[in-house]
Amino acid sequence: MTRRLAINPIACTGHGLCADLLPELIRLDEWGYPMMPEHPVPDHLAALARRAVRLCPTLALRLEPVAQ
Amino acid sequence: MTVAHVLWYATRATGIVALILLTGTLVLGVVGTARVASERWPRLVTAGLHRNLALTATALVVVHVVTTILDPFVSIGLVAAFVPFASSYRPIWLSLGAVAFDLLLAVLITSLLRDRLSHRAWQVVHLLVYVCWPVALWHALGTGTDTRLHLVLAIDIACVLALAVAVWWRLSLTSSPAIRRFGLLTLVALAVLTAIFVMAGPLQPGWPLRAGTPPALLGLRLLSEFIGR
Amino acid sequence: MTMAPDMRATVPRHARPADRPLGLVKRLTIGWRDTDRVTALGTHLQRYGALPPHPPGTLIEAVTSAGLTGRGGAGFPTGVKMRAVAERRGPAIVVANGMESEPASDKDEALLSRAPHLVLDGAAAAAREVGATTVAVCLPRAKQWLLTLVREAVAERVRAGYDLVAIEVYDLPHGYVSSSESALVNWLNGGEAKPLAVPPRPFEKGVGRRPTMISNVETFAHIALIARFGPGWFRQAGLPDAPGSMLITTSGAVAAPGVYEVDAGITIGAALSLSGGAAEHIASVLVGGYFGSWHDTAEVTTMPLASSALRRIGAGPGAGVIVALPAHACGLRETAKVLGWLAGEGAQQCGPCMFGLPAIAEDFAQLATGRPQGQLLDRLHRRLGMVSGRGACAHPDGAVRLARSALAAFAADARAHAAGLPCLPARQGRSPANAMPIPASAGGWR
Repeated sequence: MTRRLAINPIACTGHGLCADLLPELIRLDEWGYPMMPEHPVPDHLAALARRAVRLCPTLALRLEPVAQ
Repeated sequence: MTVAHVLWYATRATGIVALILLTGTLVLGVVGTARVASERWPRLVTAGLHRNLALTATALVVVHVVTTILDPFVSIGLVAAFVPFASSYRPIWLSLGAVAFDLLLAVLITSLLRDRLSHRAWQVVHLLVYVCWPVALWHALGTGTDTRLHLVLAIDIACVLALAVAVWWRLSLTSSPAIRRFGLLTLVALAVLTAIFVMAGPLQPGWPLRAGTPPALLGLRLLSEFIGR
Repeated sequence: MTMAPDMRATVPRHARPADRPLGLVKRLTIGWRDTDRVTALGTHLQRYGALPPHPPGTLIEAVTSAGLTGRGGAGFPTGVKMRAVAERRGPAIVVANGMESEPASDKDEALLSRAPHLVLDGAAAAAREVGATTVAVCLPRAKQWLLTLVREAVAERVRAGYDLVAIEVYDLPHGYVSSSESALVNWLNGGEAKPLAVPPRPFEKGVGRRPTMISNVETFAHIALIARFGPGWFRQAGLPDAPGSMLITTSGAVAAPGVYEVDAGITIGAALSLSGGAAEHIASVLVGGYFGSWHDTAEVTTMPLASSALRRIGAGPGAGVIVALPAHACGLRETAKVLGWLAGEGAQQCGPCMFGLPAIAEDFAQLATGRPQGQLLDRLHRRLGMVSGRGACAHPDGAVRLARSALAAFAADARAHAAGLPCLPARQGRSPANAMPIPASAGGWR
C-alpha cells in the first residue's frame, strides 16, 4: 500500500531526527522544522520511513495511506 | 566455588554494571533533550544509543533480580522483586530496589507502547526515571555488599558525577529560571544527602547488621567467602 | 408560513428581477439608520413577524435550496453543514461565532449591536433543527459593551419565554486566530482559544464531544429570515451562484466607509461607489481582509465580490472586507505593518509559523523602509514558499497570501525599495496612510 509522510505541526518541535534518517525525503527548513515530501514514500525507503515515525520524540510523524 | 557463590557474584556484578548502564542511559536522555548534534554524532545516534542502553540495562537488572531470587543464601522471593518490605533481608534497602525496578518497568512498558499513548501520558511516566535512578543508587549503596570497595566507590562517585554534570549542563540551557533553580537545588540536595548517608552508613563498620542482614547470614557469608578464596 | 417539501419545486431558481441592478439591500439592516440603538424584541417581531413553526427537516431543506453559504469567510454551504450535524446521533450544540477578529471587518459588531434578535432567532431555529438544546454565542472579551447588550437581548427573550433552547453568551480572548472554528471548540471545551490540528471535525465531535454547528452570526441572521420568508425570497437578491444579501465592510480612502448590506456578488467597483466613491484616487484595494490579497483597482473593479469569481485570481471575499488604499500611500509600508502584527498573532504552536512569519515580517520591514540586507527579495520569496500549508491552521497561509499579493500589486515599489531607493509615494513627499488599523494585543488565550 502506498503511503505518504504526514506531520502534526503542533506536536512537531523540530528535533530533526526524521531528516537525519530520511534525507532523501525530508529536508529541514532554516528554522529546523521538517518539510514533508509531496509524493508518496518509495518502496525501498518504506522501512526507514516506519523507523522515522517510531523514532520521532514527540510522535508528530505518521504514515497516511494515499488514495489511489 | 559453589553455585551459590556464582549467583552471589552475578548479583553483585550485574547490579553494578546495570547502574553504570542506567547512568549512561540517563545521560544520553538528558543530552537528547538539549538537541545537540554534530556531523559525526547526529541526533539519531543519541536516540538510538539511549534506547539500546536502556534495553540492555533493563536486561541486566532482570538478570540481577533473577540471580538474587535464586540465591539460596538469602530468602528473597519473586514477590520481593516488585513489592517493598516483602523480605526480611535488609528490608529498607532491598525495598528501594523493588521500587526502582517497578519504576523502570513502568518507563519501559510505556516507551514500548508509545504509539498507543498520548504524548503527555508517556512524558509524565518517563520523567519518573529521575526518581528511579536515585532510588536505584541508594539501593545499591545500602544493599550492596561491595559498597566499601574502593573500585565500587569510585564507580558510584563517577556515576553520580556524570549524571550531575549532564543535568547541570542541561539546566544551564533552560530559559526558565524557576526550573533551573529547582533543578539545581534538587541536584545539590540529593548529592549532599547521598554523601552524608554513605559516610554515616555503609562506610561505617557494622553496616550489614544495621542495614538488616539476618544475623545468621553475617558470619556464614564471610566464612564461605573466606573458604572460597 | 410552513414550507411543505413540494413547494421547493415551484420556487424559481433565479428570482431576482433582471432589471434590478446589484446594489444596496434592506433585509438585515431594516431600521438601522432610524436609530442608533439596539432593536428590542417587540420591535423586532413587529418588523419581521413571528418565527413560524417548522416541521423537522424543512428548515434544512429551505436553507439548502436558498443556497446560503457561511458569512464568516470560509463560505461553506450552510445547508450541508446543518445536515451533517443533524444526521449524527446524540444531542448537538450550536455555536454562533461573533468574534470578528479581522480588524478590517465591523459587520458582526454592527449586526449584533443593532439586530441581535435576528442572530438569536436564527441560532435558536437552527438549534431546534439540528437537535441541539443549547446555543453558545461567542463574543470578544474586549467588547464588554457588546457582551452586555447581547446578554440583555437574551434576557429579554427569557422573560418572554420566547426560545425553546438555552442561549449562553461567552466572552473569549480576541486574538486573530481565536475566531477559527477549532479555536472556539477548544476554548469551549475548557482549553485555550488556539486552533487544533487533530481530527475530529466539529460537526462530528466538537464541544463536549457533541456534533457542533459553528457559523458566523450573520449566517444565523439569514437563517432567521429564510425561516420566515423562504428560499425563493432569499434568492431574490444576489446572483444565482451567490444568492442572497451580505454585509460588507469598506474602509480606507472612500468617502463613507462603513458596513453596508448589499447583494451577494456585487462588484467591487459598485461596493466602492456605494461607500461614497473614492475620497481620493485609489490605486489598490485589499480584498478579503488581513489574510486576503492586494489588487490593482482596475483589475478588480468589475469582479463580483464572490468566491466563485475571485478564486480565479487567487483571491476570496473573506467576510466581505474591502480596504481602499489611496494612491499616495505606500502599500508595502502598510503591508509590513500588518505582517508584523500577524506574526505576533499566531498561536505559537507550529514551528514554521512561529519562526517563519516573524522572519517574513522582518524582511518586509526592510523592504518597506528601503533598507535591504543581503539578497532581500530572493530571501523573502524563498521564505514565502516555505511557510504555507505547514501550520495547523490557515494563519500562515493568509499572511503569505497578503505578502505575495503585495509584492505583485506594488511590484514597481518593491523593486525601488529593494534597490534602496524610495518608492513613488515617498518621492512625492506624502505621509504614510493609516488605512489598516492594528488592534491592541489580545492578552492571553483563556
